[in-house]
Amino acid sequence: MIRLSGLGLALVAVAACTPAAPPETHLDAPFERLQSGYDFLTPETQALQDDTFSNPGYLWVDRGAELFNTSDADAPSCASCHTTGLAGVAASYPAIDSDSGQLLNLEGRINTCRERHQHLPALDYESDALRALSAYIANQSHGLPLSVDISGAAATHYANGRDYFFTRRGQLNLSCHQCHDQNAGKRLRGDTISQGHGNGFPAYRLEWQTLGSLQRRIFDCDTGVRAEPLPLGSQTYIDLELYLSARANGLAMESPAIRR
Amino acid sequence: MTSDLSFPERRTLIRLGAASMIVSAIPLTALADPADLTSAQRRLFGDREIKQGRVTLKLPAIAENGYSVPLSVDVDSPMTESDHVRQIAIFSPRNPIAEIVRFELGPRAGRASVSTRIRLGGTQTVQAVAELSDGSLWSGAAKTVVTLAACVVL
Amino acid sequence: MASIRLSVPATAKRGDVIELKALIQHPMESGYRRGSRGEAIPRNIITRFECRYDGETVFAADFHPGIAADPFLTFHTRATRSGPVLFRWTDQHGESWQETAMLTVT
Repeated sequence: MIRLSGLGLALVAVAACTPAAPPETHLDAPFERLQSGYDFLTPETQALQDDTFSNPGYLWVDRGAELFNTSDADAPSCASCHTTGLAGVAASYPAIDSDSGQLLNLEGRINTCRERHQHLPALDYESDALRALSAYIANQSHGLPLSVDISGAAATHYANGRDYFFTRRGQLNLSCHQCHDQNAGKRLRGDTISQGHGNGFPAYRLEWQTLGSLQRRIFDCDTGVRAEPLPLGSQTYIDLELYLSARANGLAMESPAIRR
Repeated sequence: MTSDLSFPERRTLIRLGAASMIVSAIPLTALADPADLTSAQRRLFGDREIKQGRVTLKLPAIAENGYSVPLSVDVDSPMTESDHVRQIAIFSPRNPIAEIVRFELGPRAGRASVSTRIRLGGTQTVQAVAELSDGSLWSGAAKTVVTLAACVVL
Repeated sequence: MASIRLSVPATAKRGDVIELKALIQHPMESGYRRGSRGEAIPRNIITRFECRYDGETVFAADFHPGIAADPFLTFHTRATRSGPVLFRWTDQHGESWQETAMLTVT
C-alpha cells in the first residue's frame, strides 16, 4: 500500500510537470496527452523511423522530390509554381479549396493542381507517383504541429467525419471511438491500441510492406471491423480525415513514419 | 514500380471474415520441413562439421511484425588475405525456404559485419553459418518472438 | 523505375574500413501470398546483389523470399583507391538496377 501511494504521488508529480495542452486540440477526445503512433512502437521500429537513411519511406520521398521538380510533356513542374517549397502546407490538410469550396486532403490537392494548373490527369490512389508526391510534400512539414482549420465551410465536413468516427459498424459492430478513444493504450493481441492519429501518414506500414495513404489505413480499419469499406478518396473518408487531424491538432507531423 | 492493389469486395470479405480472424498475419503460409534446413546447409557446405562460436547473430527479442525483422551478423575474423570469411548464410527452421540470404565476403570486405531486414514466419531460432578461408564452418544463433498484429487485412 | 538510396562516405583514408549502406525499392513478393480473391500472387524477387569497387566484387549476396520488401543492406569494404563504388541488383527475370557513388581515398 505504501509503495502504491508513493507511485501515485510520483504520477501526480509527473502530471503536474506536463504542460496542459490548449483545450481546442483535444476536442472531444478523452486523452490527457496526445500520443503519436510512434509511442506505441518497439524501440527497433522507432529506430527505423528515426534513421533518415534506412527508413524505407524515404524511397518515396526521394522519388517525390524528382517528380515535383520534373516537367511532364507540356506541363510545368510543381516546382515552377511552388518555388519556395511547401513547408508546413501538409500540416493544414484536409482544407477547403477556395476555388471550388470542396474539402480536399493532400492527395486531392495534388490531383486538383495537376488537373487545374498542369492539365495532367489525376493520379490513382496508391499509385507510386501519388504516394511519392504526397510523401515528399508531407515530409516538408516533418516536426511541425498538425493545424487544420475546422471553421467556416469545413465545419459540416468536420461534423460528418466526427459522426463516422462515433458510429458503430461492421460485423464486429465497433466504432472508431470504441477502440481509439475508449481503449487506447490497452493490448489487443500483440498490439497496443493507438490513439488513432494520422500524423505519420503517408506511412510505411510493416503489414503493407510498403508506403500508403491515411485513406488506405482507414479502409483497412473498416475492413478490420468487417464493415464495407468506402472507396479511397470518398468524401466521407476525407471528412473523417479532417476529424482525425483536428482531433490530433498540435501533434507533430512524422511522415514518412513507420507503423505496424 | 507501380502499385497493384486490389481491394476486396464486400462478399469476399464476409467469406474471409471468420477465417482471417484466426489465421491472421502469418506472412508465410507454409512451414519449412525441419529436414529442409539440414538439406539447405548440406547443399552449401556438404557434410563438414559446423562448430559453434565466432559468429554473433543479433535479432530483436520481440519482432512486432514478421514481415520486417532487423538482423545483423558479425564474424570474429581479421579479414586478411590469408584469414578471412568467405561466406555467411542465414537459415530459418520455420520459413517455407530455409535459406534466407547468403553473403559473399572476402579480404576486401575489411570487416565481417553485415545487416539486413528479413521475414520470419513465426517465433523461431535463426541460425547463421560462416565459412572461413581455411574451410572451417562456424555458427551462431538468435531467437525472436514474432507477435501477431491486432487487426489484420491481407 | 526503382528508387535507390546509397550511403558511401565521400572520402576515406587508404586502408580504412568503411561502412556502405544500400536500400532499393522492390516488393520482394514471396510467392506465398494470395490476393483478395484467393488468386496466388506470383513470386517476384531480387535474387542477386553485387558491390564492385577498385576492379573487384568486394561484397555480394544471394536473396531468397525471406528478405524483406525494399531490401536493405549494410556491409563494409577497405578503402584502397579513389573511384566509383558500384551497386547492382538483379531480379529473377534478369532485369537489373544499378547506381554508383564516388569515393575519394587520401
